[in-house]
Amino acid sequence: MASLAVVADQARFVDDAMQYMPSLYTAAMRMTRNNADAEDLVQETYLKAYRAYGGFKEGTNLKAWLYRILTNTFINAYRAKKRRPDESDIEDVEDLYLYRRLGGLAGASAGRSAEDQVLEGITEDEVKEAIESLPEAFRIAVLLADVEGFSYKEIAEIMDVPIGTVMSRLHRGRRALQKALGEFGLERGLVEAHPR
Amino acid sequence: MTDGVRIERGPEDEAKEDPADCEETVHRLYHFLDGELTEERRHAIRAHLDGCGDCFDALGFEAELRRVIADRCKDRVPANLRDRIAEAINHEQQAER
Repeated sequence: MASLAVVADQARFVDDAMQYMPSLYTAAMRMTRNNADAEDLVQETYLKAYRAYGGFKEGTNLKAWLYRILTNTFINAYRAKKRRPDESDIEDVEDLYLYRRLGGLAGASAGRSAEDQVLEGITEDEVKEAIESLPEAFRIAVLLADVEGFSYKEIAEIMDVPIGTVMSRLHRGRRALQKALGEFGLERGLVEAHPR
Repeated sequence: MTDGVRIERGPEDEAKEDPADCEETVHRLYHFLDGELTEERRHAIRAHLDGCGDCFDALGFEAELRRVIADRCKDRVPANLRDRIAEAINHEQQAER
């Protein structure tokens, strides 16, 4: 039996879509790297989504749909300025970059493993700074996968690129993220400069 | 014994014929955590993890690191943003009438 896709009711847009605002704001902050632009980006996203909501098929992935609008809006802002989002390549970093550098403990606390010390020591600011240090193409892929939990297929649709491109950006982006986190750990003597 | 019944070979059986080693496991760790491997490779890597303490420990760390990253990538939403958005949409609704 064929199921009818129910077209969403614009009047219920706020009820349906507002729940995603905190995570959209976080994504916008990582993209724009400042609060004022993040707020503008989120507001513009919601306006566009509202206008297009009549065409949204209920039962399909609303969160992914909103993220697609957010990502498109962010990228289009660059096109408007005749700039391209930063897709510069980043150096390839080895597998298990951080894991292989655990154990450089200055004054190890009794009973806490090297792993725990490093993981517990990572601050919010460091996570955000590390993500924001990635070139945008990699940054957005990592955000969507590791912070928001989208699948490769969903990320491909959100970013409008082939799945192979998603995998490649995640491969390099995640490793670059580990290296960036490693720099913070190095400063605090929790992470070694070279692998064990 | 099988009385002419054809036994289907599933992904788990195929995995046994092509076991995963440490190199593959480490290289595909993220695909494994992402749940994006084929069923056959997932079985192969899971079987390897059952028997390899080093890889199992590495997986544990990477899984926990990802949880930490997601957990600590949070922002306090500005107090008036929700209202700003609601007002903008409301304005839009008025304009549509």
